[in-house]
Amino acid sequence: MSQTITADNKGDLQARYFDLHEHDHPEGGSTMLGFWIYLMSDCLIFAMLFAAYGVLGGNYAAGPSPKDLFDLKLIALNTAMLLFSSITYGFAMLEMEKNKVGSTQMWLFITLLFGGAFLFIELYEFSHLIHEGAGPQRSAFLSAFFTLVGTHGLHVTFGSIWLITLMVQVAKKGLIQANKRRLMCLSLFWHFLDVIWIGVFTFVYLMGMLR
Amino acid sequence: MSAAHEDHGHHGHHDAGAGHGSMKDYLIGFFLSVVLTAIPFWLVMGGVIENKTVTALIIMGFAVVQVLVHMIYFLHMNGRSEGGWNMMALLFTVLLVVIVFSGSMWVMYHLHTNMMPVHDVSQLP
Repeated sequence: MSQTITADNKGDLQARYFDLHEHDHPEGGSTMLGFWIYLMSDCLIFAMLFAAYGVLGGNYAAGPSPKDLFDLKLIALNTAMLLFSSITYGFAMLEMEKNKVGSTQMWLFITLLFGGAFLFIELYEFSHLIHEGAGPQRSAFLSAFFTLVGTHGLHVTFGSIWLITLMVQVAKKGLIQANKRRLMCLSLFWHFLDVIWIGVFTFVYLMGMLR
Repeated sequence: MSAAHEDHGHHGHHDAGAGHGSMKDYLIGFFLSVVLTAIPFWLVMGGVIENKTVTALIIMGFAVVQVLVHMIYFLHMNGRSEGGWNMMALLFTVLLVVIVFSGSMWVMYHLHTNMMPVHDVSQLP
């Protein structure tokens, strides 16, 4: 018997026992909360990088300033890519809840394409800057810029790798409970990256052009 | 003893605490995000407002609103998911972010102002 009965009159049994063994937690029952806590810690990393950029963003070392470097049309296009990838991931989640493997995979693939387009544009921008001699070693402003925007880009890269992994897993095992949980984690991650990007395009690019 | 065992039952199938969105939620969120992104870009690219400080404040306001829109419509934040712990973690993080960010800016701004080298050498004592 797993319960210890402290009651001496049996009529009052239910109120007086306490449980000695733990309840069986369903597998992955706390994963979503744990993942959310991870995202919050990731948020702090970005807070540090934003603060570093905020402090160093004006130190051009007689080099180029944001106005000389940034092309807002490119950034607007990039922002659109990430926003589209957010909504298509949302559609994938809706299809997942209906247990439709085919259309879930399709929306995940479209999300991957938008994510890939975002990364392609960002790498084009970076290579363009480095080619112009505005690499991360040029000034404190550019060091902070590449660190902040590059860290975001790395997150998108790893999110894309994760997305491919999950597409393979869904293809192999179908929409089992574990895969659904993984897709929901990636959903949080992906939308979270879009939230960070709002900060990047506002604080780095738009405010940079206003300096 | 059967009464004691009955309450094990409903622990077995508790749903993942994170909220689920609907098609309507995603579309509203997307529409709002597009508008809230387009206006700041238009303000800066078109140079609509002469005063740069005013423009900066406005686009920062738009960013804050858009972050909230994403939190509500894409990340499905509410006070109930995971028994409120999601919201607690978020609020704590927001507090830390505000302290880290505004603290850094404040301290470094004052350091910068106070430590600026004096360019006009003739004015030195």
